[in-house]
Amino acid sequence: MKLTQGCFSFLPDLTDDQITKQVQYCLTNGWAVNIEFTDDPHPRNTYWEMWGLPMFDLQDAAGVMMELAECRRVYGDRYIRLSGFDSSHGWESVRISFLVNRPPQEAEFELVRQEVGGRAIRYTTARRPAAHAST
Amino acid sequence: MLDVPHAKTTEPGETNFDLRKEAEEAGITGTLHQLEQELIGLKPVKDRVRQIASLLLIERIRQRAGLASAPTTLHMSFTGNPGTGKTTVALRMAKILHGLGFVRRGQVISVTRDDLVGQYIGHTAPKTKEILKKAMGGVLFIDEAYYLHRPDNERDYGQEAIEILLQVMENQREDLVVILAGYGERMTKFFASNPGFRSRIAHHIEFPDYAEAELLVIAELMLKERGYRFSAAAREAFERYIALRRTQPFFSNARSIRNAVDRIRLRQADRLVSDLDRILDVVDLETIDPMDVLASRVFSGGADAGGAKP
Repeated sequence: MKLTQGCFSFLPDLTDDQITKQVQYCLTNGWAVNIEFTDDPHPRNTYWEMWGLPMFDLQDAAGVMMELAECRRVYGDRYIRLSGFDSSHGWESVRISFLVNRPPQEAEFELVRQEVGGRAIRYTTARRPAAHAST
Repeated sequence: MLDVPHAKTTEPGETNFDLRKEAEEAGITGTLHQLEQELIGLKPVKDRVRQIASLLLIERIRQRAGLASAPTTLHMSFTGNPGTGKTTVALRMAKILHGLGFVRRGQVISVTRDDLVGQYIGHTAPKTKEILKKAMGGVLFIDEAYYLHRPDNERDYGQEAIEILLQVMENQREDLVVILAGYGERMTKFFASNPGFRSRIAHHIEFPDYAEAELLVIAELMLKERGYRFSAAAREAFERYIALRRTQPFFSNARSIRNAVDRIRLRQADRLVSDLDRILDVVDLETIDPMDVLASRVFSGGADAGGAKP
């Protein structure tokens, strides 16, 4: 199951060249670029771990790509995403976020249905155990 | 890793190139002209800069013509005595490289040992990388580079910084240009103990000391920038000043001249203010009299006669 989170996630995975251009776009706009990684890509898990500090005073994307290469070397088996944080007044939030690395075996999610009082139904997005995932 | 940004695969359609137009488009003619005008002397340096600029221009045209082009290693080392213009040329270099598209952004990050080497274990690598990331797409200028290597302390963290630098210099040649600068002898020693550096640097540029006549021209240029000028007698006095100052310790070429010029301005102002009943005109304000020059300690036994002063 291809995980679809953030920008461009319904497109084929970005190549390094395309990532470089996106990063350069962020830097040109003065956004701080962050590299984050996780092994728990549940849609409700917003807090991924950071790779190093936010990179906010770079001029060129090559610096970010250097860190990304390093992060992929260490955490190549996890999800890695890049985000661009706009600190300018009125925004002060993440303006762009996209996946740049997927593990060889992607995480699988399923919808668990639960009947509650009356005829109401509750849904939970639950992660399938890894064993099931290898179909 | 990253695709080489400059190695564009263009169809070998173009066969004719207007060299003058190309050079002007790249902004080399302008920058080289400026270099010629603003930097006095430094003949070998200018020659080398022109050679590098020419190579880069031809390389760029070759790429467009579809000829084979090997990536150029642009790392440089500037060696020379204090005040010979190493930093100034480094700034100019960044402009030239940027104009030719061999660095993408053209910023200059000027650092010394303190900016690269950490204070405790595990501090150096992130610190060095941080600087390298900032310098990506531009020029990293390492002043007094030999301080990175402390031969007397084998556990010095400088070595770690050197290793990271070397690695990036080798692997990301397209992304940044490293310029090492320092005084001649100590740089030679530094390169001797770090052969990796020597071989990764393509251009070793030696900055010669200035001749006396050149120093005089520099002084006049500095005065002109500040809106002053020598009277004929003062000019003569300053010639004598230069001849004397050169033989004294702590002489650092253009920097000493700049300090001398600043002190001469002080003395001129003092001379003018000492006579409050005078009506000044513009000529008084901008003219340096010989007594402003001659009052210098250089004429009475040396700059270090009353304590070391650079």
